[in-house]
Amino acid sequence: MTHGASKSTTGAADLPPAVLALIGKPQYEERSEFPIEIGYVYSSCAATQNGNPLYWDEAVAQRLAGGRIAPPTMLSVWMRPHYWAPGASGERKALMAHFDLKELCGLPEAVVVSNEAVFGEPVRMGDVLSTRQVVRSVGEMKQTRLGIGRFWAIDVETVNQRGEWAGTETYSFLGYRRPEAQP
Amino acid sequence: MSAVRNLLGREVTAGQVLPPLHCTVTATTIVLGALASRDWRPMHHDKDFTVERNGVRNIFVNTPNLQAWFERYLNDWTGPKGRLGRMAFKMKKSVFPGDEMTISGRTTRVSTDDSGCCWVDVDLGVSVAGVLTTEGRAKLALPCDEADNPWARKGSNWKP
Repeated sequence: MTHGASKSTTGAADLPPAVLALIGKPQYEERSEFPIEIGYVYSSCAATQNGNPLYWDEAVAQRLAGGRIAPPTMLSVWMRPHYWAPGASGERKALMAHFDLKELCGLPEAVVVSNEAVFGEPVRMGDVLSTRQVVRSVGEMKQTRLGIGRFWAIDVETVNQRGEWAGTETYSFLGYRRPEAQP
Repeated sequence: MSAVRNLLGREVTAGQVLPPLHCTVTATTIVLGALASRDWRPMHHDKDFTVERNGVRNIFVNTPNLQAWFERYLNDWTGPKGRLGRMAFKMKKSVFPGDEMTISGRTTRVSTDDSGCCWVDVDLGVSVAGVLTTEGRAKLALPCDEADNPWARKGSNWKP
């Protein structure tokens, strides 16, 4: 997978060794929990009042894309786990590399600062997607408006069951401690 | 597809302003968007958690849903043949229930790559009460002529 939105890796000098070891290393290679389905496409379009006939009209989809496809921006939707599943314990979370960084850096709060996505082969109904997460950078501790914290960036690279690149999303976060929670 | 208009690359120039999209955001808008994107985090549906734990005033629009709003906005302009290649955005402030959200766009570049694919770069913004809350940019493939279809491109003919 060479189409990533970001490819270079960097780590601040003040990072714990356990965090440095994660930078640039592919983690959490996972498959989508269910084949891609039209119901979520309708839900996404309804939530944004998106009337694009490519997603509502089978004949248009057939003519333009050779069949039903999902809006490209739904790429991340398919990899989020169900909130609960039989046998699972505790809350199930997407983007575990991010939650690992919060834990390892001792920063209990986090917000998404920016998001970049590059889209490849359209995601089709029935596809099964696979992703891997790569921590690209973790910055030094700094004071921010929300509290003291670090910025980090994580790539999520996605391919379909045919091995075709479907897209890469890069999430930039600020992990922080609120001022009243400073040790 | 005679009733559906598709914007052609040759009809676009740099500096063109896209028609704005206005949306009154409610708690329902935010919860619908979060659930449709399978984002179960409480700051997108639980006001008490959001105020007490995150220290912000209410639940707010989640990132994947904002991305979906931008995509809808761009395809309203291009028609269904417009194919999104790349999108980036940066959130400066959150969008809350009661906000009147305005999405705006302006083309910055029109180009054709070596495979013959027509591209348009667009600067995007979300503002509330005239204050920019999110800024972004997108790169879309448009048909070069009536017969062209960006969705048919794959492999080395698709270079977002």
